[in-house]
Amino acid sequence: MGNAIDILLVLLVLTDLVLLGSSRLRNAIRIVALQGLALGLLPLLAHGRGRLWPAILLGAGSAVLKGFVFPALLRRALRETRASREIEPFVGYIASLLLGVGALALSFGFGARLPLPWAAPSPWMVPAGLFSVWTGLFLIVARRKAITQVLGYVVMENGIFALGMVLVEAMPLLVELGVLLDIFVAVFVMGIIVFHINREFDHIDSDQLEALREGAP
Amino acid sequence: MIWALVFLPLASALASVLIRSDRIRRAMLVATAAAHSALTGICWIAPPAVAPGAWVGLDAAGRLFLGISSLLFLAVSVYVAHSLGRESRGRQTEEDTGAVFVNAPEAVFTACLLMFLSTMTLVVASRHLGLLWVAVEATTLATAPLIYFHRQPSSLEATWKYLLVCSVGIALALLGNFLIVVASASADGSGGTLLAPDLVARAAQLRAPWLKAAFVFLLVGYGTKMGLVPMHTWLPDAHSEAPSPVSALLSGALLNCAFLGILRAHSICAAAGLGDFSGTLLAGFGLLSMGVAAAFLANATDYKRMLAYSSVEHMGVLALGAGLGGVALYGAMLHAVNHSAVKAGLFLLAGNFLAAYRTKSIARVGGGARRLPASGLLWLLGLFAITGAPPFGTFASEFTILKAAFAQGRTAVAVVALAALAIAFAGMSKAFLGMSLGRAPEGETSAPEREAASAVWPALALLAVSLVLGLWIPHGLQAVLVQAAHLLGGGAP
Repeated sequence: MGNAIDILLVLLVLTDLVLLGSSRLRNAIRIVALQGLALGLLPLLAHGRGRLWPAILLGAGSAVLKGFVFPALLRRALRETRASREIEPFVGYIASLLLGVGALALSFGFGARLPLPWAAPSPWMVPAGLFSVWTGLFLIVARRKAITQVLGYVVMENGIFALGMVLVEAMPLLVELGVLLDIFVAVFVMGIIVFHINREFDHIDSDQLEALREGAP
Repeated sequence: MIWALVFLPLASALASVLIRSDRIRRAMLVATAAAHSALTGICWIAPPAVAPGAWVGLDAAGRLFLGISSLLFLAVSVYVAHSLGRESRGRQTEEDTGAVFVNAPEAVFTACLLMFLSTMTLVVASRHLGLLWVAVEATTLATAPLIYFHRQPSSLEATWKYLLVCSVGIALALLGNFLIVVASASADGSGGTLLAPDLVARAAQLRAPWLKAAFVFLLVGYGTKMGLVPMHTWLPDAHSEAPSPVSALLSGALLNCAFLGILRAHSICAAAGLGDFSGTLLAGFGLLSMGVAAAFLANATDYKRMLAYSSVEHMGVLALGAGLGGVALYGAMLHAVNHSAVKAGLFLLAGNFLAAYRTKSIARVGGGARRLPASGLLWLLGLFAITGAPPFGTFASEFTILKAAFAQGRTAVAVVALAALAIAFAGMSKAFLGMSLGRAPEGETSAPEREAASAVWPALALLAVSLVLGLWIPHGLQAVLVQAAHLLGGGAP
């Protein structure tokens, strides 16, 4: 079991790095979906004694939402926009990657030094989770588009989800499901607002064109 | 009982989407608010028993904040029923920015308001920190569409900022919850808990370093929602762009709910003997918020933003009071009641000014006391209420906090706080006096207008609450304030 968890966590770190260097929105959405699917397996592998069904419920719910529902929502929002599909970063891709590698090293340093009272299911879990939280925050502040910020939010939640697996024994399922529901609604509302942002700004552009035409003699 | 308080607004939110008639929907909004207040009143008179392991239950602090939220919602719902009627249906132009926009459907707006009440009730009734987190995030989601009621670019920007900043902040609070589980679990990873009363009872066995880290995350997370500097960036935008009654609820009720989350974490730290650590952090953030907000208040140009910064300042006062501890915590509880009533009243009056003058600019409003006799006069009274002048309740509560600071020998803290309050007073009085008594701007009429009773009475009632509390605190309220202060690790005079 330990090996499978490690592989998933390596996948989490790798997808984060790919996201930092990715320039296409469509690609980024696909990578976040893949990340969500991989994380859905995590509760199944990390669950404790007698908590198989809750783990299945949580894992399946998380995988369906993050792997299928969110990407569909975001793709829909993307389709409506006539803006370019480039990500338009504030911080360049190479710089982002370099910063990411630095953050990864820090996460490992911190994770190794953190005196957890009990052994996590995998020594990678805390560093990978922390790195994902960092990547999410970085994407939110260093990318220009609203849709990339939503992706950053999802990546950050993925990191918190991975960190939460350390506590899989102690967190009540109801809370985990409540968290999942909140994130679902949050991304749903964000998706709607992204849709409005696209429409509103298209709308304004066309309005201004109209106003100019009226003003011309 | 508590579930009735949560589900009643939820059911009526569903109903409001289905009801076609605006008139019936508005009546239902007010009726639901009245029923919610009545149920809350029953909870105050005969507190429902709480089972030891229950996730929801009303302790003294919960009752206090539920009382504030419910009363505020009642006043605001009466105002909303009126102000929705004066919103125009078709395309309209925002005069400050020149944007053309339409309103969101009224049914959705009402449904979100009611969902907001429901989630807010869940926040104050949560004894389980995980449930509290879920409920606080739910309040963010219920209020985001309210801010975007006037569908124009600036509101959209404010909504986006609010949603993103608060969601990220709240996500950090979730990490704080995880750390609390780590702090409370036994060595094999089992037995962790998030039930606040259990955590307080077992405080001596909690792992101190983890608890400290948890408090920092919870403070930053819920502090974002509460509007503490430097996490307050969303607040002035959201409060100035939201419709005035929504701003009233955001400032008066929602910020308090987030404060309650911090207080719960603080009480666990205090029980574990880390009260100095958490108290110092709280007081530090409080002073910083007061100072920064005072600087912005001195140069305010938009009166809704001014009220928003004033909320940041008063959240600073609350954090300072809670951080100082002892009698100051009692002062903070009292101040929460006073600030909520006054600020909500002022936002409702600001809505009347906005409806009459069509602008949020302080410079372009003048002679309010002549043109809007009732609102203009109340606006002047509100100046004294919000800046903590006697005989208003805000004076009593701020005085209690500052006196406690002096009594604890923290003279420097008290002096800085006093300076911030004085700067805020100077800045706000300039704006308030100009708007009420100053000369009417060119092209604006100063002929008196008839004001609808439902646009004035809610604000009058809220300001009256603060006036009464400055002169006399009813026995029942005093008992709850004292109990809440003791429960959260403070003392009472």
